[in-house]
Amino acid sequence: MSTTTVSSTTGTGGGLALRGQKLPNAAFPVIAVGAVVLTVLLYLVTSIDSTIQFVLISGVLYLIGQTVASVLVEGSRRAADRFVTTLVYLAFLLAVIPLVAVLANVIAKGVGRLDVGFLSHSMRGIGARDAGGGIYHALIGTLEQIALASLFAVPFSLLVAIYLVEYGRGRISRTISFFVDVLTGLPSVIAGLFILAFYILALGQKPSGFAGSLALTILMIPIVVRAAEEMLKLVPHELREASYALGVPRWRTILKVVLPTALPGIVTGVMLAVARVAGETAPLLLTIFGTDSINFNPFSGPQSALPLYIYSQAGQPQQTAVDRAWAAALTLIALVMLLNVVARLIARMARVR
Amino acid sequence: MTSDPDGPRTHLSGDGGSVATTEPTSSSDAARVSPVDVFFKNLTRTAGLGLLALIAAIAVFLVVKATSALNANTGHFLTTTEWFPNASPPFFGVAALLFGTLLTAVIAMVIAVPVAVGIALFITVYAPRRLAMPLAFIVDLLAAVPSVIFGLWGLLVLVPRMDGLQMWLTDYFGWIPLFATDNGAVGRSIFVASVVLAIMILPIVAALSREVFLQVPIAHKEAALALGATRWEMIRAAVLPYGKPGVISASMLGLGRAMGETIAVALVLPASFGISWKILAPAGNTIAANVANGFAEANNTGRGALIASGLVLFIVTMIVNMAARAVIARRREFSGAAS
Repeated sequence: MSTTTVSSTTGTGGGLALRGQKLPNAAFPVIAVGAVVLTVLLYLVTSIDSTIQFVLISGVLYLIGQTVASVLVEGSRRAADRFVTTLVYLAFLLAVIPLVAVLANVIAKGVGRLDVGFLSHSMRGIGARDAGGGIYHALIGTLEQIALASLFAVPFSLLVAIYLVEYGRGRISRTISFFVDVLTGLPSVIAGLFILAFYILALGQKPSGFAGSLALTILMIPIVVRAAEEMLKLVPHELREASYALGVPRWRTILKVVLPTALPGIVTGVMLAVARVAGETAPLLLTIFGTDSINFNPFSGPQSALPLYIYSQAGQPQQTAVDRAWAAALTLIALVMLLNVVARLIARMARVR
Repeated sequence: MTSDPDGPRTHLSGDGGSVATTEPTSSSDAARVSPVDVFFKNLTRTAGLGLLALIAAIAVFLVVKATSALNANTGHFLTTTEWFPNASPPFFGVAALLFGTLLTAVIAMVIAVPVAVGIALFITVYAPRRLAMPLAFIVDLLAAVPSVIFGLWGLLVLVPRMDGLQMWLTDYFGWIPLFATDNGAVGRSIFVASVVLAIMILPIVAALSREVFLQVPIAHKEAALALGATRWEMIRAAVLPYGKPGVISASMLGLGRAMGETIAVALVLPASFGISWKILAPAGNTIAANVANGFAEANNTGRGALIASGLVLFIVTMIVNMAARAVIARRREFSGAAS
């Protein structure tokens, strides 16, 4: 990055002054205006026409201008400090740009197609070129699959977390904890391939919503275990001891004292996990196959799901299909964001009390 | 600075339940340990062991279902760059796919890590205390966006928008082999896929780095400032050395995530085979993307081949993730500062 020396260079300003010379506050807007003007000139000369790049180029020019001015007036140490400060602010801006761009694009392109008819119709008999169709079948699939996945993953994960926090000591516990971490890093497509190899190929089952929910379960487990573990650790030890002192056996203490105390945090963790798997596409692609028709039964026949629907529509060249993909993306993002915000609200409300 | 108990939880810890629970000792009458208690304890332990069994099952079934396809393969699985598992005789290998997987993931990491460290510094050091957590939440929201939406956005919005930058890069820096193209053709390239991946791993790396920076002892930072250090000098002297293992670990976890990402890459890349360093040219494929693209037309051997490639991905991500955990675990042993 910068090649400034930090070690022993003192300010180049007056020798007797305690503080070196400082750039006047007015200098920064001037540099900023200069950077923008220079960028405009650059755009007139060359053939660039992107707004995002405009922001980035003027940001870099501002960075250069400010650093040069600061080196000249304030000396290299303060210049390095200013340089990094601006760089850090730019880094944050760089993270916000894609978030805003993605959200803005999804809303702008999805809102036109999103209406009651879109939410309440399936794709049965609708070709890629046809204007109609909707996501009803995919919505049903997604809701059923994440409900089933939660049903499998949450009790299991809670038991694992209870074991790790309340009982686990020594090698076995450390090994389990380590492999929870490993499972966290498991690519979602591997979960899908595993269910394909195990449930569909080895057991000879047909693809179904149930197979998809099994794959999602594998992805939910590590998230819920970690969230529950953190929350169980936060339960004050005095509560457990008070319960033991009253002669309550350990299992009852855990179920009636520890778990209820940690419950809001666990609910938050579960909801974040649900939000995470609701957007998973790859494992579902391999396990539920997708269909254009409504299938309420997750245990028989192929189902669809929102992410899978977006994937298949986005791959079509027709604009009508792409419009459907954007509208479905808007629905999915609304669902996921809603889960996220509610989860964090629960966490916040629980903390106040 | 204290760690916010409500912040999104990220886990670098290798050791699990280290809370010192005092056993309800009943030395006087051991008979008071009820059978229900024993049953409950065994139930939770069975669940824990079930988790280990699950991981073992994943490895076993991937291997079992891959072998028959690998036996039928007429090419060398690790060095062949072509992928014709549905042909007879089947001829396929992961070389090109593995190359694409590693290349996209590494470029994504190179792009994402500096920005993520900047974000983490911004939130822990620069941002006003009041704004720090809301701003962190905004970055975390980026992690909540489903990957298929990043793919949709990458394909339909980002690819056309990146044309200008890609053409500029190949026009002026085409003499660097990495930025060379065939007759200036750019488009759905490795580079764009890497940018999408970088955006996707950014919140993960930023959140983990932030956690580590928050653990830097205040005394270290105040000592640096008391000696007259500027804020940047304080960061260099106190924050970065302390946070380095955490940042390395976070970057590797991001790398693992980038390698396993499927749908976004499958939508952005044109799914071609072959090993090429021209990251701006419209070509490239990854193991995960190939699974998504090739599954629909795969026959029995084809599915086995995809599972075999998945096994390679499983092993590579496993190694990267374990290495990441090892880095942070070693830090914990030496410093003793982490709670």
